[in-house]
Amino acid sequence: MKRRNFVQLTGLGTGALMLPVSMMGNDIAPEALLEPGLDLFTKKSLADVALNTARSLGASYADARIGRYLNQYVFTREDKVQNVVNTESFGIGVRVIANGTWGFASTNDVTDAGIKKATQQAVAIAKANSKIQTDPVVLAPVEAHGEVSWKTPLKKDFREVPVSEKVELLLDANAAAMNAGANFVNSALFMVNEQKYFASTDGSYIDQDIHRIWPTFGVTAIDREAGKFKSRQAMSAPMGMGYEYMDGLESEKLMSPAGFNLYRNNYDIIEDATTAAKQAKEMLTAETVQPGKYDLILEPNHLGLTIHESVGHPLELDRVLGYEANYAGTSFATLDKWKAGDFKYGSDLVNIVADKTQPHSLGAVGYDDEGVKTKKWDLIRNGILVNYEAIRDQVSILDQNESHGCCYAQSWNDVQFQRMPNISLEAGKEPYSVEEMIKDVEKGIYIAGRGSYSIDQQRYNFQFGGTVFYEIKEGKIVGMLNDVAYQSNTQEFWNSCAKICDEGDYRLFGSFFDGKGQPSQVSAVSHGSSTTRFDGVNVINTGRAV
Amino acid sequence: MAIYSEEEARKILEKAMSFSKADACVINLGGSESGNIRYARNTVSTAGHQSNQTLAVEASFGKKSGTATIDEFDDASLEKVVRRAEELAQLSPENPEFMAPLGPQTYDESVSYVEATANTTPEFRAQVAAKSIKPAGEKDVTAAGFLDDGAGFSAMLNSNGLFAYNKSTNVDFTVTMRTNDGTGSGWVTRDYNDITKFNAEEASAIAIDKAVMSREARAIEPGRYTVILEPAAAEELLGNMGRSFNARTADEGRSFMSKEGGGTKLGDKIVDERVTIWSDPLHPDVPTSTWSGDGLPRKKTMWVENGVVKNLAYDRYWASQQGVEPVSYPSNMIMQGGDASLDDMIKSTKRGILVTRFWYIRSVDPQTLLFTGLTRDGTFYIENGQIKYPVKNFRFNESPIIMLNNLEELGEQVRVNGNLIPYMKIRDFTFTSLSDAV
Repeated sequence: MKRRNFVQLTGLGTGALMLPVSMMGNDIAPEALLEPGLDLFTKKSLADVALNTARSLGASYADARIGRYLNQYVFTREDKVQNVVNTESFGIGVRVIANGTWGFASTNDVTDAGIKKATQQAVAIAKANSKIQTDPVVLAPVEAHGEVSWKTPLKKDFREVPVSEKVELLLDANAAAMNAGANFVNSALFMVNEQKYFASTDGSYIDQDIHRIWPTFGVTAIDREAGKFKSRQAMSAPMGMGYEYMDGLESEKLMSPAGFNLYRNNYDIIEDATTAAKQAKEMLTAETVQPGKYDLILEPNHLGLTIHESVGHPLELDRVLGYEANYAGTSFATLDKWKAGDFKYGSDLVNIVADKTQPHSLGAVGYDDEGVKTKKWDLIRNGILVNYEAIRDQVSILDQNESHGCCYAQSWNDVQFQRMPNISLEAGKEPYSVEEMIKDVEKGIYIAGRGSYSIDQQRYNFQFGGTVFYEIKEGKIVGMLNDVAYQSNTQEFWNSCAKICDEGDYRLFGSFFDGKGQPSQVSAVSHGSSTTRFDGVNVINTGRAV
Repeated sequence: MAIYSEEEARKILEKAMSFSKADACVINLGGSESGNIRYARNTVSTAGHQSNQTLAVEASFGKKSGTATIDEFDDASLEKVVRRAEELAQLSPENPEFMAPLGPQTYDESVSYVEATANTTPEFRAQVAAKSIKPAGEKDVTAAGFLDDGAGFSAMLNSNGLFAYNKSTNVDFTVTMRTNDGTGSGWVTRDYNDITKFNAEEASAIAIDKAVMSREARAIEPGRYTVILEPAAAEELLGNMGRSFNARTADEGRSFMSKEGGGTKLGDKIVDERVTIWSDPLHPDVPTSTWSGDGLPRKKTMWVENGVVKNLAYDRYWASQQGVEPVSYPSNMIMQGGDASLDDMIKSTKRGILVTRFWYIRSVDPQTLLFTGLTRDGTFYIENGQIKYPVKNFRFNESPIIMLNNLEELGEQVRVNGNLIPYMKIRDFTFTSLSDAV
């Protein structure tokens, strides 16, 4: 990661949050977020300029993406508003195939002349690179969709909710944390609206309106005498939802076996901030973990990141093929393992699906960024590796003739490429609650929330921390633990999967900042699961004296 | 052309300022031209060129501020963006940490711009790719690399009469070479302000050699080992340590730099006395801008001298609260090296590990600055003064503070990611598990 691609923003907890430049844009007034973009007729006419120009220059394929990206971010600490950011970014990206080679160019000059010039550049780049291209692009066929549209289903558009209401909610959450004994609290609210218009020479004109929201905070408790500090991050998940996610509905709360609430499709930030302050204080004196083998009970807000790193990334076909070798890395899940048809990725219980249609998820869209209608497909069925994540110019390598529909670009000025779809662990089929799961464990640790995460470049060896840890002895939670991290190997870990709770416990975790590519692009993705048990995992103690 | 001269930038900024009616106004103007080429599987995968320029106006009334940006600089656009910033300021909540703009400052003349880098062509980039791909093919190795070059400028004018201007260039190159049998991987990184210092053949050859040398790695037990860290391996860990040199979080009690019972570690010896780390915007090997984003001059600043913490960074607000002078955040990191060559270091090692680079470094415990991550792209076992064989990659759990207390020897400094870092030999470096990754 090159730091100059990132803008440093308010510290959340003790670390600074680095926001990708792509998530910024020109600053605008909050009311301007509600101004309508171009009408459909104008967008179609402009997109046709790109498609016709590309055809006239000999391109065999072209697509155009007119994007208007609106962002609103609110940052606070304790009783202060630090920043309210409203941005807009608008432009067009044109991608072509000429001489069997991709070319891409973009411009914020969204006029006939500007689009023609960008298209000419894209064709010129394709032709220049074709001289050193060894394998011409093979595109899987795609249905011509005609003129269609898709919107994130939502009840409250964040753009219509006054900034003052958002500021007030964050300050109330901060006050709740401070009243519950926190020494410091930083909170933030990220809201994103992608207005994307896609057109291609394959006969599709697709208009999409996508919303995402992410409330988060970091609460810190300090023991000055001991010179110690502990932070507890929010148990929220970034979601593909409107501002209704902030309603705090009781019906969407789930009681954790450790006695605090967790959240499904609705978030109570004030309650969570209060819990966070109490837990951060408790961490200051919690027992340190004895290293060794434990049965781990992993809650969905934690397990989501483990799924992301150990299943989502290794099954990206561009990584498997070596296109990411110089940056994100390659993959242990090589084509020969998949072709064998019996590669045991996990235990028989493990069913992992990719799904670009899942309601409330970050990755949900009607069509991907190359006009493919989105769908759901199996990656791991009964523990066996059955498929990858692939797009139009990749599926022929798998002898498949249909793209999986997971192509994405972070902005109009970045080229689209294969990105991770939502990837989720299916819930257990038999009725089984978290309480029952705890009762069945002799020596274990219950982990909730995301923490430190690190995995090698082929996705074998990983180490994960968490937000809060509780020791389980003989079927009961006996107290909080500190200094916990688990280390495992992807295949060994998923084969140690012993039990999965039922659908009643299923919920989404997500990330706004999945990074890949050079220059790096971010993508937002969700991971669903129910609380899951993994047997005999190696736990280390991360406490050190310096 | 997105790179404006000092005179051109000043003219646009003064024009924009002439429209300001706010109590205070700070206007930033910046632009860049950059190009890149990416290759993998021994062929070019993508190539691109970006050009952008932005003018950002921050207008303030009392402690209320608003920011607006624009990328067109005609008079009407400039007036529009100033008015919009003023409207937003009136609507904003008060920022209790607002600081009035600084008055005029004197800056050193920066040496961070090199014309040759700004003139890099697409043909040059394609040649760089070819200089990796061709020799790779000859050694049964596959190249994946990325070259990114750019020129940029930034200028600032505020309503208290401060004007600042800087332009700079950079080139960043990385290449990963993997043997076609999948058992060996090598990597190299290079970065410069001056592209004429870059030798793509030399860099690619190092990565190819490492790939070939690292084939058929053996598994050895994880544990505590003496390590020789190449500068690219140490740089990111040291950078993570550098982020804790923030006075405010230290004063607030939530940093490694906070002290038991209150106060900070300023003035305390935290690492071996041979460790000296400073920043210097005028260092010829790692030059940067001579002013920081808030307009403060950047000067040579000592952070750790003979193992003792000499400075923490104070922004203007926190400095005013603490009654001290502000200390700008560093824009580079220079660590004192030593006389030993890499060969000397290997020869004097009875049993140890040579590490090319670390990967996926993440914070585990901010209290102790404990980090985890893995070795990657060339890890070798040393015995009785010789490299014996390649070893499988390790996961480490280590703190740069512990590491710099366990310092054995320092070697030659090398530029990495805009910083100047020496080779270093460290005893008792903690590897906690093995990885099968190549």
